[in-house]
Amino acid sequence: MIIPAQYYLTISAVLFTLGMVGVLVRRNALVIFMSIELMLNSVNLTFVTFARQLAAIEGQVAVFFVVVIAAVEVVVGLAIIIAIFRTRSTVDIDDVDLLRG
Amino acid sequence: MEFVVFVVAAAGALAGGVGVIASRTPVRSALSLLLVLGNLAVMYLLLSAQFIAALQVIVYAGAIVVLFLFVIMLLHMRTGEGRVEKLRWQRPVSYVLSGVFLSALLWAIWTGTGTQVATSPAGFGTVESVGRSLFTTFLLPFEIASVVLLVGIIAAVVVGRPVVPPSARAHLPPPE
Amino acid sequence: MPGSVSGLIVLFPLAGWLINGLAGGRLPARAAAMIGSASVGLAFVVSVVSILDPRVWQDGITTRLFTWIDAGEFTVEASLLMDPLSALMALLVSGVSFLIHVYSAGYMAGDPAQSRYFAYLNLFVASMLLLVLAGNLVVMFVGWELVGLCSYLLIGFWFERERAANAGRKAFVVNRIGDAGFLLGILLLAVTVNSLDFVNLSASAESIAVPVATAATLLLFVGATGKSAQLPLYVWLPDAMEGPTPVSALIHAATMVTAGVYMIARLQALFFRAEVTLSVIAAVGALTAFFAATVALVEHDLKRVLAYSTISQLGYMFLAMGVAAAPVGMFHLTTHAFFKALLFLAAGSVMHAMHDVIDMRRLGGLARPMRWTALGFLIGAAALAGFPLTSGFFSKDLILERAFAHAEGGLTLLLWIAGVLTAFVTALYITRAAILTFAPPPSHQDHPHEAPPTMTWPMAALAALALGGGILGAQAAGAPLLHALDAFFHVEESGAAKSVPALALTIVSATAALLGILAGFGLYRGRRDVSLGALGNLFRRQWFVEDLYEVVIVEPSKRLAHFLAGTVDLQIIDGTVNGVAAGFKRSSAALRRVQTGYVRNYAAVVLAGTVLLLGYWLTR
Repeated sequence: MIIPAQYYLTISAVLFTLGMVGVLVRRNALVIFMSIELMLNSVNLTFVTFARQLAAIEGQVAVFFVVVIAAVEVVVGLAIIIAIFRTRSTVDIDDVDLLRG
Repeated sequence: MEFVVFVVAAAGALAGGVGVIASRTPVRSALSLLLVLGNLAVMYLLLSAQFIAALQVIVYAGAIVVLFLFVIMLLHMRTGEGRVEKLRWQRPVSYVLSGVFLSALLWAIWTGTGTQVATSPAGFGTVESVGRSLFTTFLLPFEIASVVLLVGIIAAVVVGRPVVPPSARAHLPPPE
Repeated sequence: MPGSVSGLIVLFPLAGWLINGLAGGRLPARAAAMIGSASVGLAFVVSVVSILDPRVWQDGITTRLFTWIDAGEFTVEASLLMDPLSALMALLVSGVSFLIHVYSAGYMAGDPAQSRYFAYLNLFVASMLLLVLAGNLVVMFVGWELVGLCSYLLIGFWFERERAANAGRKAFVVNRIGDAGFLLGILLLAVTVNSLDFVNLSASAESIAVPVATAATLLLFVGATGKSAQLPLYVWLPDAMEGPTPVSALIHAATMVTAGVYMIARLQALFFRAEVTLSVIAAVGALTAFFAATVALVEHDLKRVLAYSTISQLGYMFLAMGVAAAPVGMFHLTTHAFFKALLFLAAGSVMHAMHDVIDMRRLGGLARPMRWTALGFLIGAAALAGFPLTSGFFSKDLILERAFAHAEGGLTLLLWIAGVLTAFVTALYITRAAILTFAPPPSHQDHPHEAPPTMTWPMAALAALALGGGILGAQAAGAPLLHALDAFFHVEESGAAKSVPALALTIVSATAALLGILAGFGLYRGRRDVSLGALGNLFRRQWFVEDLYEVVIVEPSKRLAHFLAGTVDLQIIDGTVNGVAAGFKRSSAALRRVQTGYVRNYAAVVLAGTVLLLGYWLTR
């Protein structure tokens, strides 16, 4: 049996929403970061699904670039978290509200 | 057979997703993320994206999650959240908005057209086909990506460097 | 290239202005005076040379400098026109200006700002020459505005005196009112006739509709009343006496104030199309002549007497214009330039000797120490009074004759009667001024002495002209000026108009003048002043014209200004501005709470936006 594209897209949508909820609800900067990774991966799944559906290899190339950029993002983001932790001894992002108006 | 694999992988991915956002400790979140990534790799295989599946396992599971774990270790126990939730409306509003968002997405997916999955041509998604595309059509973005990686490395070094107060600099040994 | 000669006339004083204005501060004071006088002298020489060209006396020479405005069918050339009329004015302006420049060199000696003075004066001469040589109304308007500017600058030359600064402002503002009318008139002509060229306008005057011509000429006449100080816009001229006396002589007696008369003469053909305007001009002229003469009778300030006298004499000229006797009006303009400049220079000489005292109640007895000045003043006074055989006698007599000839009985005869009455009052007030100033007994302890030669020689030259200028228009001498102007204006004979008892009229006007002189002697000889009773009070209040201004214009303007400043500006405009600012302040104070600083809040807002967008895309 060939699995319809909707199934994959559904999984992708649910994963994306889960990641979003994580970003919105959790306060631990590390967990928020992981949630963002979750969202990126759900998008990757969408890319691969459509690549398969349309028989277009460009979708997979896009995933390749997403992975590369995600790696860079994680490296820089974690460096920032460590820097924040050094100065404020916390990774709770609600404690970091210097931009309050 | 393929459907059973898909169901198992989907169940694993969703469970991992819930685990990422619901775990009490960051370590469990990281391990749940690993679960998601692994199951997604299986799905990529089902979607005839062998190269991406390998990339997923090596870069994501192998490098990124390990990096997360390193940082969690570095900050060890002091990575929890404060008990008091300062933003009272954040949680319910988030749930409602996310629910609406998900419904909209699902509605779009299931009422949309073009559900038929084409048969993939021979050699679709192999290292060769992706590589050919990368080194011909997408050569320039590929090179730019390498530069972005370099910039990221430099940024991580600069941002993560311990801040030495100017007063402490006097005690450093003079440069050779 | 004789065509470019008329450009040179304007160019020389302009160069003088540039040199004095730019480098004057570094030049010695005498050099500034020399440059100023020499440039005007050169302009006079060029004027004399240019009238030797016979073409001037035929059709006139038009010099096109460049095309200024080129808008479809409507074009304005920057052009100069040299014909008998502008030649007369150019000669008059440059000649009198030259004499007054020389006089100024003596009068202004010792003033620290001499280079500025001569720069202004040169700019004035250049502007005035541009005005009289203009080939069309636009160029004339440029000169018209420039002389107004120079007048303002020179009245307020001693701007550190508040009265002088105020007088300058007053002149500027009042002139602006007239200039607005003038400009409207020009625009009306531009729209309806589609040409502003003097030659074109004169040629096509017959084809202009009478209502258009009437409206345009009335508007132009408003400009003339402002510039030439006629009722009701005369108020700036007496105050303009705050300026240096040579300036009063040059600008506010001999040249600039005659611009209105000149403009009407220039557009004679157009004004002939508008009977109504001519009547208005004649009425305003006669009224102003009489009114100003009566006020001059009670002024204590010698210069202000002369100022009112100027207004009065300008009224005569307008009367001449109004009775369609432009050649006669221009003749009077010429003689008036001579004798009024002379009177002002003599008054300046008195001021010079008496350390700026000009109140006639503190003068007197100056004839002995200042013999030449007194003689000059007497000659000027005789000419002004219309003493037989002086220049003023001929021109004034001709005006009265033409006014009589123009009259068709009834009301129109009033013009002539007013003229004769004015002649009487004129003789009376100038006799009074002469007696109070020069006849014993002195009312001061000063020891005045005669002015230096740079001041007396110009007076002598003007005195000669004031005495002998009559031959330009005297029938016995062939009346060369009048004949030239008659030919130019296509009038048959100004000297001997149709069916007028010329001799009788001459006798009447001469009698009026002599009676005035005799009455002056009888009233003022040996006394300081005479109050003239209720009439005197009326004259002193200027027939309540100034009071009328106060009630009708000044007070409402003040109240309006107060309202605008206090209510409109402070409450409405400032209120709006402050209200906007306060609104922003309050709204931003409310909006800054949005900026919580919590990343998760921002993320939630982004999500809300995404949901909205998604909803829009899906339900579209």
